[in-house]
Amino acid sequence: MSARPTEEPLERRAIISGIGQSDVGRRLGRSELELTVDAALAAIADAGLTRDDIDGISTYPGMGAGTPGFGGPPTPEVQDALGLSLNWHDGGGEGPAQMRAVMAAALAVAAGLARHVLVYRTVTEGSAQGTGGRQPMGGTGGGGSVPRFGSFMQWSLPYGAVSAANWIAMVGQRRVHEFGLTREQLGQIAINGRRNAALNPKAVYTDPMSMDDYLAARIITTPLCLFDCDAPCDGSTAVIVSHRDVAGDLDHPAVQINALGTALRGRPSWDQFDDMTTMAARDAAASMWERTDLTPADVDTAQLYDGFSVLTIVWLEAMGFCGRGESGPFIEGGANIARDGVLPLNTAGGQLSGGRLHGFSLIHEACVQLRGEGGPRQVVRPGGRNPEVAAVANGGGPIAGTMLLTRGIR
Amino acid sequence: MVANGPMLRLLPRLTDDVAFFWTSGEDGVLRLLRCDDCGFYIHPPGPVCPRCLSRNVEPQAVSGRGHVETFTVNYQQWIPGSDPYIIAWVSIDEQPDVRLTTNLVDVEPDDVRIGMAVRVLFEHAEDVWLPLFTPAEDAS
Repeated sequence: MSARPTEEPLERRAIISGIGQSDVGRRLGRSELELTVDAALAAIADAGLTRDDIDGISTYPGMGAGTPGFGGPPTPEVQDALGLSLNWHDGGGEGPAQMRAVMAAALAVAAGLARHVLVYRTVTEGSAQGTGGRQPMGGTGGGGSVPRFGSFMQWSLPYGAVSAANWIAMVGQRRVHEFGLTREQLGQIAINGRRNAALNPKAVYTDPMSMDDYLAARIITTPLCLFDCDAPCDGSTAVIVSHRDVAGDLDHPAVQINALGTALRGRPSWDQFDDMTTMAARDAAASMWERTDLTPADVDTAQLYDGFSVLTIVWLEAMGFCGRGESGPFIEGGANIARDGVLPLNTAGGQLSGGRLHGFSLIHEACVQLRGEGGPRQVVRPGGRNPEVAAVANGGGPIAGTMLLTRGIR
Repeated sequence: MVANGPMLRLLPRLTDDVAFFWTSGEDGVLRLLRCDDCGFYIHPPGPVCPRCLSRNVEPQAVSGRGHVETFTVNYQQWIPGSDPYIIAWVSIDEQPDVRLTTNLVDVEPDDVRIGMAVRVLFEHAEDVWLPLFTPAEDAS
């Protein structure tokens, strides 16, 4: 089954006209709604719009979903806080990963349901967890009786497989087995992120990290160490998705959505997915390339989800930047993924060092790079040109979404 | 020396669709839902066979033999007080595309290999019999 459309993909009618981000920090002690308002107003202003122009809103996931600090404020709260009058509204946690909110907005704009959609993702996981460390999925209960679980969590929680870290570690171990992945190879994802984070004023971790530092970090769940896991933080990222016919009104290059990757062709769970080394990233990326004439060789920068380092190497292969099983050698030494390498990767530090803004910081950074606004971390391609094509991926395991973005309208 | 699992076993809710699976170990036998018409094992259990869409599905005993597909040794104190323990995905020999998330027990991490043969045993907690796996002679 192919996702190749018979006409021009409708998502190409949508652009990202503005971007904004609140303060970002490990524990800011500010409300999720206030952070969201900061990001939203920054994005609206960046798009050259006013609050009154916004007629759509979307978020992932909102509505109190997940562990404390995870969900972000529901769209009705943000609508009310900003006094928005809307033609279209949407939010939720199911779909092609965190960027499903951007995808929904693009399709709403393409369908004429809205002209300018405010899309946001807000986390306050840093403050919510306090100093107690990362929360297990579903919590650990507490109180007298042993808590009981249903749905998909029942298959893993009894065995202490309570965090995505455990599930992703098993993907990583399978890659050690099938492809000979080494810790020295995997460590390049964290080290590359830290190197780039040093040039991102909002990044939460900026101290230099050496391979020795990486290898000495405590093990969380083999083969993952602390630096293979992203850093819970507080912050909000917003983008404005608009119809492309306003591209000429912007005071910066429009970022066009060239193609969306939304497929989920394997079984939708961690332990039942047919290929344990790739999972849904394989399907999402394949469906994106089915919708465009651009190829992996056209991509000038990749912003690939790094909630855990193993997910990034899965994405490198799924997106076709290297062959199956070849991501370890591809990242070895770090040169290929550096800002001046063949594939500048996670140029704002990703989530491992930039903070777990949960997919949206990667979308934000793709826009920054395409607009040539990266300052000291701006990618300059051979010949001295700024990036023209950026690939963004969100999610891992059975949850995956991708977008191909371009500078200007194609 | 690693533990057989976390300090606290978070337990499944015994709803009608899954109670057979979580209590199957009471007689020492692992059971999976199977399609009577096409023979496909269905896990997690569902109301219909995803291969042939038959509704003639019922629990059936399996050998309890499987193979380690991948594993991790967990050190993080998600559940306070836990010693390190081994989590694995084990494929079922009757139909290797069915995998169970489980703990490997009575084995040290250095002795675990992807592809090694394992057999089921059960840990009884309240009204649940959790399938765990331990190394076995390879019958295949």
